[in-house]
Amino acid sequence: MSLSPKVLEMREITKSFAGVTALNGVDLTLEGGQIHALLGANGAGKSTLMKILSGAYGRDGGSMKLLGQEVRFQGPSDAKLHGVHCVYQEVDAALVPQLTVAENVMLDELAKPGAKTWISPGETARRAEAVLERLKVNVPVKRKVAELSIAEKQMILLARILSQDAKVIIFDEPTAPLSGAEAESFFRILHELKDQGVACVFITHRLQEVMDHADRVTVMRDGRVVYTGPLGDAGGIDGLISHMLGKTFAEEFPKVPAEIGDVLLRVNGLKRGTKVRGVDLEVRRGQIVAVVGLVGAGKSELARLLAGADRPDAGTIELKGRAFRFRQPADAVQAGIVSIPEERRKQGIVIQDSVERNLSLPLLSQLSRLGVMSARRERSLAERVISALGIKTSSPKLEVKYLSGGNQQKVAIGKWLERGAEVLVFDEPTKGVDIGAKSDIFRIIGNLAAQGKGIVYFTSELDEGLGIGDRIAVMVDGRIAGVFERGEITQEQALFYASGGRREQLS
Amino acid sequence: MREKLLNLSFKYGALVVVVLVFAFFSFRLPYFFTYSNISDILNSIAIVTFVAIGVTLSLAVDGFDLSVGSTVSLSTVVTATLMIWYQMPLYIVLIVPLAIGAIIGLLNAFLIVKMRIPDLLATLAMMYIVGGIHKTYAQGYTIYNHMQFPDGSKAAGEMDKTFLLLGQGKWLGIPISVILLLIFVVLVHFFLTRTKYGRQIYVTGGNEEAARLSGIKVKKVRTLAYVASGVFAAIGGILFASRVGSGQIDAGAPLLMEAVAAVFVGFSVLGAGKPNIIGTFVGSVLIGVLVNGLTMMNVQYFAHDIVKGAVLVLALSVTFYVLNRSKT
Repeated sequence: MSLSPKVLEMREITKSFAGVTALNGVDLTLEGGQIHALLGANGAGKSTLMKILSGAYGRDGGSMKLLGQEVRFQGPSDAKLHGVHCVYQEVDAALVPQLTVAENVMLDELAKPGAKTWISPGETARRAEAVLERLKVNVPVKRKVAELSIAEKQMILLARILSQDAKVIIFDEPTAPLSGAEAESFFRILHELKDQGVACVFITHRLQEVMDHADRVTVMRDGRVVYTGPLGDAGGIDGLISHMLGKTFAEEFPKVPAEIGDVLLRVNGLKRGTKVRGVDLEVRRGQIVAVVGLVGAGKSELARLLAGADRPDAGTIELKGRAFRFRQPADAVQAGIVSIPEERRKQGIVIQDSVERNLSLPLLSQLSRLGVMSARRERSLAERVISALGIKTSSPKLEVKYLSGGNQQKVAIGKWLERGAEVLVFDEPTKGVDIGAKSDIFRIIGNLAAQGKGIVYFTSELDEGLGIGDRIAVMVDGRIAGVFERGEITQEQALFYASGGRREQLS
Repeated sequence: MREKLLNLSFKYGALVVVVLVFAFFSFRLPYFFTYSNISDILNSIAIVTFVAIGVTLSLAVDGFDLSVGSTVSLSTVVTATLMIWYQMPLYIVLIVPLAIGAIIGLLNAFLIVKMRIPDLLATLAMMYIVGGIHKTYAQGYTIYNHMQFPDGSKAAGEMDKTFLLLGQGKWLGIPISVILLLIFVVLVHFFLTRTKYGRQIYVTGGNEEAARLSGIKVKKVRTLAYVASGVFAAIGGILFASRVGSGQIDAGAPLLMEAVAAVFVGFSVLGAGKPNIIGTFVGSVLIGVLVNGLTMMNVQYFAHDIVKGAVLVLALSVTFYVLNRSKT
């Protein structure tokens, strides 16, 4: 075991995208034979930092030393040649499913410049077995990778990395797709790697895993490092949470008073695949139900089920006491559930069409007679919606691609205004939207609730969910972990539950 | 500046090329710019334009239909045999090929929308299947009046005189097929630009997921677009049979390429940037003018394909270069 301190040193790293600062003078030191947890809320800059480290992005400023030598990677493959590897969540993307385990483990050998032209299958299998042996992984090397489970694939990927003398391995939320037992065997391998002197960086949202396995912790917030040091000094889970949240600037959540009425939407035991595993939810007239959870908790998948975009495996959706089975979004819209999807530019609006055409999209029948569109009525609808929501556009004829993110989002909301919907499902509506437009969007949502609509608001920004929701449902791993009244739960508690903590653990 | 020039050439490029080609031939060929020649050109493009209207519709839902050429062939042969082999009344002669076109469209839609086979591959397979069916059905013969069978017997029927008017007749000096063509161009243009159905077609093609989430039944829309594509190809086939007065084997094969070229030339007409009927019509005219002019200049017939192919490449280059630039 070689404990070479300071395998990698990053100093004063800065990076900005289109004028927006993502990293602001970040320092990070990695030591061999250590598991280093990297924490931070969404958008704190973890991914950007790791992409710079693994060569996917260039840096704007700062220095990076690998084993004392200044380096600047030309790309991910250059970083790999230097021994810096990254394991992304989508392990499938890095493996060739129709090849065998052995061939996948030795894949980089094949691609190396100067690799042998003739490959002996026996030799490949033997060498792959040796590598797997080092990791104490027991997978037959002749199996096709396509037949393996995600956890096994992850191990193959790790073996492949280990076969080429890795110095630094970055794990981006490696346990998110794994079951409990699978995660255990992952951690066993992680410790193997650590014992072999590899510097392991470990990004996760599950704080318990950090407490159990990390040696050092670095916490990032708003593009800076706010804490770095040994795990023992971090102050436990509570300490980590308060570092991650810090003092968020007082953001305004304009709350429009709304009268809460009868139950509009009732969801029972909704299931689909591994992402939505039995969700119960209730939304009343005038009520905003915020479903909060970390990225990957299954929020978008649940939102898509409610909107009829996907079909559930099991469970029921009832609207005003009537059960529905949506075969396509058109059925949900007809029943009165409409959605403002997460991927605004891909799903919410038609980017190359005008504001007017986007707004009239769900209302084509209402705006036409015998199928022929009425230009006059279409124009007046557009003008009404534009002024009601304060959409900043030079003309209803302007293509939405020229609008700011916030105004595009208002168009995605605005098209439903006159559709007579009962329930509106918002999935991360403030993503990529500036502060001003954000509070506009909150006001619009508040007004909709005041009109007696039911609102389901999915967000991974905990402060946002807590600020806007009348009720807050915390979602973890495809289930609702708890439902709280407004003011009944703090951000720290929400993050605790969202990170997989249980109620009885909280003192 | 460069940007502006590029956009200008995108917007008016196709029209300028049409005018230039027209001017060039008018100067070189004294007979070119006469009423009867222009009427000839329109008459010659009527069939391919009907096919191109269908291609426009399938492209508008972001699909593609390679089987239109074979559909034309099948519908031509079926039309001719209905009269010559079976002496069917005129309405059946017209309805059956249209129904066949619709069925081919439905099959395409089933493969693409339901089975999720990529459109190019699905319609490529259909192109061969339909092509094979039409040759098998006609036993490889061209169908003509009182044709002789291998066993020595003769077919009893002949092409209906009224039917022949569709492709050969004139009304007030204007060919009837040109009148039909203009009526359909206007109708389909109106349908695509002014009706909610047209709107649904373009939105489905522009962003299928957004359209779906907005409550549009995108599968239905895409299915209908393929059906329409098949029906318009069948109309092309009927006109073909009427024009030549017989059922030619493989009549539609060259039409696929010309129709696709016309549609892509049309992409850029007046900066539409998407499939549109007026553009398709302009594209058809361009190809018609080129073929007509080249024929009159005694350019070898086989060389026409080189010119048509070059026009397609040029149109595709302009369209995709500009579209991909504006995307970033």
